[in-house]
Amino acid sequence: LRDGALEGEHAPALSIKDSIPFGSDVFNYVLTKLSSNILAGKSQSKGIVLVAFSRSPSFYVDFLKNGIDLVSISILDCYTDPLGWKDSLRHVRNLDLLLSAIIEMGEALARQGKGRFSVSIDSVTEMLRHASLSSVANLLSKVRSHDRISSTFWLLHSDLHEIRAIAALEYLSSMVGSLEPEKLSLLEQNSRKGKFHVRFKRRNGRVRVMCEDFHIKQSGINFINQGLLPKVQFNLQLSEKERIDRAKVVLPFEHQGNGEPMHIYDGRRSLSEGKGEIIYFRDSDDEMPDSDEDPDDDLDI
Amino acid sequence: MDHHRSSTLLDEALALDWTQPRVIVIEDCVETNGAFVLHHVLKRSLALHTSSTSAVIFLAFSQPFSHYDRILRKLGCNLVTPKDNKRFVFFNLLTLECPDGDEGKTSGGLPSLYREIQKVIIALHEENRKSITIMIDDISLMEVAANGSTNHVLDFLHYCHTLTLEFGCLLVTVNHGDIYSSMERPALLLQMEYLADILIKAEPLSTGLATDVHGQLTVLNKGICEGQGNSRNRTHNFHFKVKENSVECFYPGTRT
Repeated sequence: LRDGALEGEHAPALSIKDSIPFGSDVFNYVLTKLSSNILAGKSQSKGIVLVAFSRSPSFYVDFLKNGIDLVSISILDCYTDPLGWKDSLRHVRNLDLLLSAIIEMGEALARQGKGRFSVSIDSVTEMLRHASLSSVANLLSKVRSHDRISSTFWLLHSDLHEIRAIAALEYLSSMVGSLEPEKLSLLEQNSRKGKFHVRFKRRNGRVRVMCEDFHIKQSGINFINQGLLPKVQFNLQLSEKERIDRAKVVLPFEHQGNGEPMHIYDGRRSLSEGKGEIIYFRDSDDEMPDSDEDPDDDLDI
Repeated sequence: MDHHRSSTLLDEALALDWTQPRVIVIEDCVETNGAFVLHHVLKRSLALHTSSTSAVIFLAFSQPFSHYDRILRKLGCNLVTPKDNKRFVFFNLLTLECPDGDEGKTSGGLPSLYREIQKVIIALHEENRKSITIMIDDISLMEVAANGSTNHVLDFLHYCHTLTLEFGCLLVTVNHGDIYSSMERPALLLQMEYLADILIKAEPLSTGLATDVHGQLTVLNKGICEGQGNSRNRTHNFHFKVKENSVECFYPGTRT
């Protein structure tokens, strides 16, 4: 989300799915992290447009003002009067209007001509109450393909929707984060821990899955990096001694004979006095062994 | 007094601070009626030591005023005087019927009810009655009045939620869990669980019926989210027995 979109491509989109009220903590966490990245100038996006459905704008203002400069965040208030019962102008049923309001707010935020902004929706579940799935999907898709939008993320309550709706939204996102609470009885739920599973869809079609434990404390949410290794019965990691030994192994083609004449068998009997030489440059020195990196990743097909 | 002491388990679990906006959702079922919790909170709301600044707005879909008057009288609380003083505003909605196709409009049925409530609250605020409690009994009947439109009811609840934030009120609602047991995804029930700051479930005992214990109450207090996402969950579980003039709440096994 930080790095944002590339020219001519869809913006990355994160769907946060929850079924117990942890989701808003994660949403708030992502919001905070992205804002601090924006402030530090580390991200592509220059500002965030927050479309607030389920919490009031003042909640976010209070929440974020500890340490985050609110200049880079604009809040589109869909909470106070979504249906016009209070006679104000906001009508969330018309998604085209909503989209143009979002774009307008974002462009004001990003100021310069080419600046991009991010869009976050605090509850797509609420949005789906007021509008049909196809129009919401349409809006999200337009948001992703808009050339001023750097990234987008939203929160969804998976236990309130049909599978069809959830699947449609998952298709629209490039990353899906789902929260799984620790399976405890109701009485023990005071600890508020769980697992956060994320599925990334890369440009080249590859899917990466990650899982982290999280722990919600007084001060916020803590992610404990579990690492990528699955829990199996054999040891997948290297011990320190094994690591050193492995580094000591000299690969074929890397040794220069150690003082002895090199004998390179090339399978051909004809050239006996050949001046054959193998020059080997190892290019994967900075890659960790068994790393998950796809060497074809930087291919631009 | 005896009933003061044993009700305090419930009070402790609720940890109500009448100055903070909170949403309480009471979920009960046929075997264990949770109405006593509603009556308890009603009594507490009206008997606040700062009684001149408290007020209750009651949306009754299920019983007329006389019913509540009779029950609260047994609990030692008079409803007629506050009603006359406009501290207890009673909306008799037993016969409310929202016009069909009401959803898209901003008039009629629930929207106008909302506006009425808003007017009342503003008037109460002007009279310096700042600790306001809005009570709805009950949501399933509101859904009936809204011709089964869950969305419309949820919209109404959303607007009530904005009221709680705007005016610092307490919102108390009652819903019946077993009505939705045949649905795979009981949207109304789940949405209310999401909305609630305090969720109170009244369930029968897993061991079945008993004469001494009428059921168990589970109170999930989600804590207040403030600042950097401070939040604490506290769950209480205890048994209760509904008596003529009071409710006894006790931890399992502590009853002599």
